[in-house]
Amino acid sequence: MTLYDDQTIQDLEAKAKTIRCHAIKMIYAAKSGHPGGSLSAADLITALFFKIMKHDPNNPHWEERDKFVLSKGHAAPSYYAALAECGYFPIDELLTLRKVDSNLQGHPCRQKTRGVEVSTGSLGQGLSMANGLALAAKLDRSGSRIYCICGDGELQEGQNWEAAMLAAQYKLDNLTLFIDRNKLQIDGPTEQVMSLEPLADKWLAFGWNLIEINGHDMRQILEACDKAKETTGKPTVIIANTIKGKGVSFMEGAIGFHGKAPNEDEYKIALKELGDCA
Amino acid sequence: MKWMYTSQRKEYANALTEVGKERTDVVVLDADLSSSTRTAEFAKNFPERFFNCGIAEQNMIGTAAGLAAAGKTVFASTFAAFATGRCWDQIRQAVAYSNLDVKIVATHAGITVGPDGATHQALEDIAIMRVLPNMTVIVPADGAETYKAIKAIANYKGPCYVRLGRSDVPLVTSMETPFEVGKASLLKEGSDITLAACGQMVAICLEAAEELESRGISAEVLNVSTIKPLDKDAIAKSVEKTGCIVTAEEHSIEGGLGSAVCEFLCETYSVPQQRIGTPACFGESGESDALMKKYGLTKEHVVEASEKVIRRKKQ
Repeated sequence: MTLYDDQTIQDLEAKAKTIRCHAIKMIYAAKSGHPGGSLSAADLITALFFKIMKHDPNNPHWEERDKFVLSKGHAAPSYYAALAECGYFPIDELLTLRKVDSNLQGHPCRQKTRGVEVSTGSLGQGLSMANGLALAAKLDRSGSRIYCICGDGELQEGQNWEAAMLAAQYKLDNLTLFIDRNKLQIDGPTEQVMSLEPLADKWLAFGWNLIEINGHDMRQILEACDKAKETTGKPTVIIANTIKGKGVSFMEGAIGFHGKAPNEDEYKIALKELGDCA
Repeated sequence: MKWMYTSQRKEYANALTEVGKERTDVVVLDADLSSSTRTAEFAKNFPERFFNCGIAEQNMIGTAAGLAAAGKTVFASTFAAFATGRCWDQIRQAVAYSNLDVKIVATHAGITVGPDGATHQALEDIAIMRVLPNMTVIVPADGAETYKAIKAIANYKGPCYVRLGRSDVPLVTSMETPFEVGKASLLKEGSDITLAACGQMVAICLEAAEELESRGISAEVLNVSTIKPLDKDAIAKSVEKTGCIVTAEEHSIEGGLGSAVCEFLCETYSVPQQRIGTPACFGESGESDALMKKYGLTKEHVVEASEKVIRRKKQ
């Protein structure tokens, strides 16, 4: 188990704040997008791109790279912000999000965006694609690891459970799935719309290695990824308990900000809270 | 006409095994129907490159996309009804939108699935695959063409849908006749009418052409095995000569080959056209031959449509 010093943790926390700030700026400039889920997943995305994953922005097709699938494609702003901060494309490009002729589509598109592995947006499909990437890595005897982030509401799509069975059947221990458990979906709390609990029991029953963490605690995220790496013979799911809209006071736990851009006043407050990332 | 009957599924298995030998980057998926689709043959020869996904087609297509995104050429098979309708959104987002090298080879297409009935008779699959950007749609006429088509698409970049039947079908091509994705082939020359068909309807059109010949009508027969991209040049060249066309497919008259030809001709050569296909309704249980007769897919139906379209041409 790697020990992470305080400086590493603080640097990643600062980076996550930058990612959140970009996401808000992008959504404000686009006048549309999904702030709530972008902010809840920001710490997970930051940990993966700036610490956990082996990847090379100068060589996006490096064969031994680890691969990332954002199944909850609507959190694209945080994903794009991480890619830009890593150097996959210029940071200036972020403000073209959702505009005509942009490389940054409303949901991730592998044909358009440098560094994006698979196209997502129609929910419930990412884990299956992650399975395919993981099977290919096994076939190629590559050390490449596959990371996927699913939303919690998205788990209502039956395809996830088909995929959960396949990953266990083929012992995909090179696959780590994060569930961004922010407990809210468009129409309300997940437990009211279509209950997911007991969620941990479901994954255990499907034959997965289970870890449960606070998805905003950088040290817990890193250590969970390390535990997943050490697990053999089964895939790992990390239930990351998060807060929708995390980092912007009035967006936290607010269903209204699932898929709505902030207005000018809200935007100014949000930037103030996040510190300007420019 | 005396036909030799061939199995498209057997030739799929033969070609897939050949491709598997030639290329170690070829991977095959199935959804618990490998003994019916015959991908079991590939599984036997290359067990490490075959993944049974169980009865879960949506995940199979997503998994195929992931494997293809990692550089594999993936063949995914199950029955046509499930391979297309059940997972259309997965094909749309994960495969077609990403333009990945996934070859969906579906068997048991059309009304000749027979006794299993409407749930298992894919009559809309050409339509729903054809409307997807980046998708290539191929309906081989027989076993030989199936073999050649599978070999060809293994080296053809991008998503493909290949539609095969359950029953043995008449051999109308040969192993020697060339097959090229996107090219129709002229099987019989004629001057009064064009018969453009795919799948086993090609053989039925050849029989109809013989019958028409005895009635003094010279029919040209085109095997349009690639429905998308449509070989517009071949169709244009033929109708410029004949001035009318009948299309024939073991698929709904809505959205398939007939529609593709209509769409092309209505903006270029306005010639009379009749479509042979199942009426826009669901199928039912029955023996294949009885269903072909009831749903309008026989030589007699082609002959009748031909005479009708020729009358329209003369008006």
